[in-house]
Amino acid sequence: MNGPEAVLRVSAGPVPEKPKAVRRSSPSRLSADFLFHKAAVFAAFLAAATLFATVIAITYDSWPSIQTFGVWGFLKSSEWNPVTQTFGAFPFIVGTLISSAIAMSLGVPVSFGIAVFITEIAPAWIKKPVAGAIELLAAIPSIVYGLWGLLVFAPVFAEIEPWITRNLGAIPGIGPLFHGPPMGIGMLTAGIILAIMVLPYISSIMRDVFLVVPSSLRESAYALGSTTWEVAWHIVLPYTRSAVIGAIFLGLGRALGETMAVTFVIGNSNVLSSSLLMPGATIPSVLANEFTEATTMLYRSSLIYLGLILIAVTLTVQSFAVLLIRRLGRSQGASA
Amino acid sequence: MNSLKKMGIALALAAACALVIPAVWAQSSLTGAGSTWVTPLVAKWAATYHTNTGIEINYQSIGSGGGIAQIKAGTVAFGASDMPLKPEDLRAAGLIQFPTAVAGEDLVYNLPGIKAEQIVLSGPLVADIYLGKVKKWNDPAISKLNSGLKLPDMDITVVHRSDGSGTTFTFCDYLSKVSPEWKGKVGANTSVAWPTGVGGKGNEGVASYVQRIPGSIGYVEYAYILESHLSDARMINRDGKIVSPSLKGFQDAAAHVDFTKAQDFYVILTDHTGPGTWPISGCTWQILRKNAPKETNVAVMKFFDWGFEHGQNLAQSIAFGPLPPATVLAIKSYWKKELGYTI
Amino acid sequence: MGVVARRRAADVASKILMGIATAVGVFFLLWIIWTTLRFGISGMHWDLFTKDTPPPGTDEFGLRNAFVGSLILLAVSLSIGVPIGLMAGTWLAEYGFRGRTANAVRFINDIMLSAPSIEIGLFAYAIMVGPMGHFSAAAGGVALAILMIPIIVRTTDEMLGLIGSDMREAAIALGAPVWVVVTKVTWKAARAGILTGILIALARVTGETAPLLFTALNDQFFSTGLLRPIANIPVVIYQFALSPYANWQQMAWAAAFITVLFVLVLSLVARSVLGKVQVPK
Repeated sequence: MNGPEAVLRVSAGPVPEKPKAVRRSSPSRLSADFLFHKAAVFAAFLAAATLFATVIAITYDSWPSIQTFGVWGFLKSSEWNPVTQTFGAFPFIVGTLISSAIAMSLGVPVSFGIAVFITEIAPAWIKKPVAGAIELLAAIPSIVYGLWGLLVFAPVFAEIEPWITRNLGAIPGIGPLFHGPPMGIGMLTAGIILAIMVLPYISSIMRDVFLVVPSSLRESAYALGSTTWEVAWHIVLPYTRSAVIGAIFLGLGRALGETMAVTFVIGNSNVLSSSLLMPGATIPSVLANEFTEATTMLYRSSLIYLGLILIAVTLTVQSFAVLLIRRLGRSQGASA
Repeated sequence: MNSLKKMGIALALAAACALVIPAVWAQSSLTGAGSTWVTPLVAKWAATYHTNTGIEINYQSIGSGGGIAQIKAGTVAFGASDMPLKPEDLRAAGLIQFPTAVAGEDLVYNLPGIKAEQIVLSGPLVADIYLGKVKKWNDPAISKLNSGLKLPDMDITVVHRSDGSGTTFTFCDYLSKVSPEWKGKVGANTSVAWPTGVGGKGNEGVASYVQRIPGSIGYVEYAYILESHLSDARMINRDGKIVSPSLKGFQDAAAHVDFTKAQDFYVILTDHTGPGTWPISGCTWQILRKNAPKETNVAVMKFFDWGFEHGQNLAQSIAFGPLPPATVLAIKSYWKKELGYTI
Repeated sequence: MGVVARRRAADVASKILMGIATAVGVFFLLWIIWTTLRFGISGMHWDLFTKDTPPPGTDEFGLRNAFVGSLILLAVSLSIGVPIGLMAGTWLAEYGFRGRTANAVRFINDIMLSAPSIEIGLFAYAIMVGPMGHFSAAAGGVALAILMIPIIVRTTDEMLGLIGSDMREAAIALGAPVWVVVTKVTWKAARAGILTGILIALARVTGETAPLLFTALNDQFFSTGLLRPIANIPVVIYQFALSPYANWQQMAWAAAFITVLFVLVLSLVARSVLGKVQVPK
């Protein structure tokens, strides 16, 4: 096994059958067994209940804002004005979705490339170091990503942005997406840093599930004269399709909820802009920036309402991710 | 002893330590939070106060909005804000406020080739820049005031605050006075709906962004300009004179108000007359809870009284103007009147 | 002939692209590690460990209170997270097995693994900071513990699951009660793996900033009290990095460097401990 979170990937290994002998205990020891069992049950309950407690607490605290603005009204309003006490979630929802979309559209192909490279293409002596290096990306704390993003990447990116504006900005249709002063920070920068952050998660799950593909399938394809690329695209990928989609969802869940790296480089503007080079805000970034200063209950409750929207979205995304990844594991467990 | 018992005993010991330690430490420190404007002053005062008396004043600069929120919630001993609360709001929330020092803020810019205090700006022009109407540095509106300078053809990147800020309040209050469009569209508060620009956290964040982004402009409290060597602008004040920010300019603004007569010391120092007056001057206040424990309020009052008495040289070294002695006396009798006790 | 050449070209092109993709990933890793090393090492001073964080506008260095505060937060989160995580994982592996409840718990746990840490911070604020009336290290510790628990539950569950039933059945045959079997036999056999899980959980919460922003807050002085704000490395990095002061920015890099070093060391130790795990047939 390799890497800090390698152990956490859904293992296809078997769970032990319930041994028939375990349940019997002699009556004189019942109290100690009883206590231990109850403690274990309680701990498991706590571990699972935390999720529900979080959702309940957040819903409860956002209730004043839900009552004031309603559901649809809050979601589509672009006005975030602490002076007039009107709050609307639209710019932050859009910001969260766009930064994550950039992260996914850059990160998924690169992750796929890395996974295929490590599993199918790389010679043996390269596999382990490269795999280890990519795993290391997950070990770097998000605040270091933010620090690096603002102080190192942004100035460099600010040199690249004029090139982007000149070339991509000239493409009809999507051109306006790339106009703006070369600040180095902004929605695009946030998306790029998020892409780097999700690389290790998506690629390591892909790698694991690619390895689970039966070698008989691969070998027969090679025997028929397929190229490496064809095996990867036409054999391995369709076989692991649901787990790969699950991996993408997992990466998406991470990107949606990422706070520190985004807060440093997104530019903190609550105004919707038509350009990716302009600053924006996401739900986590506005929470980090404004929470300790919410001067009224409605303001604080509206911020927590944003948190409620975020957790609803990430929970849904992550539930699908876990389901999809497990589906492959289960089908493997059956046939292994 | 088996491992379960060992674990239990270890946990019990840890829990016992955890409960004892706070009791030991609980009395010797106070937490305050709020304005980043006053942070350089409070931080310097707290460090010296700690050396002299051993009492720790833990100040978290989270913005005036945060200071107001935290003192209302009772999670801190004092909240610092550069936006004074109106007397009715104070009454309603059971709070009192008193001023600390007088200072000012200025626009800072990052233009390659252009040094500090070379650019001259006027209030209405700054409003137009922050409204997004003036977008480039070589716009005729800016060149008109800076005929001797060769301004580059660069986009202006506006930097404002992303957090709730009294510095923002002072800035927007000034812009509301000089630009009716600003007053109508944006107004003045610790947090406003900025028409354009990038948001930095705290005075430090704004200064940091302006340092890094060529072509940017931001507003910061003067001590930050001194400490970070940013290029500051000169402004045209109400009398039509071009002035640089300075302690004297801030105090000239303060000379126009009488702290002792203002209810709850609610004064505004922006856009006053006078040949040398700095247009974007401001004051900064400390807010206390009326029903906080007496020892807490007394400890806070003792700290600031120490500052009024012994910290003025420190204050002036970073361009914070001391309050006149009459005001300090007025503060002490205000404490007595509002809380029922004083130091 | 044309088809074969096309397929071969696609194969070569894809190999190059995959190589580039991998190179991109490795490039960013090296860039981040290199800058952290470079700026971090140049910001290192002995003072960082002996003096506390200096006020703005001076030229001093010091991070002692932040290091101590972070260690205290980690200790609090371990003392809450390890017992709960260990026992919950034990329940899954030794009592729940593949039952419906157990699988539901595993499902929920897997979701919590990737829960946004800022949401956990909001939760800790709601249940601790609000009712207590002030920020506290305890609230920060609770938030970090909630982040740790899913990892410890998962690894404990898996590691205990790897232990074959032979040992358990032998102990039961000798008349041992269930809790003795679990603690003295199974836990002992799986201790390397369980320890790995704890180390991974530690590595995960080191450097977590968002949940601490509204629980433990920060403190420019040295403190060890659990019922008040406490200095900590991540929030100090956040504050110092966004400032215009040169010495503060240097300290932010030094702190980032030490954090990354700490996490890497933990990961390496975890990896080597795991390497010693006996996986019985």
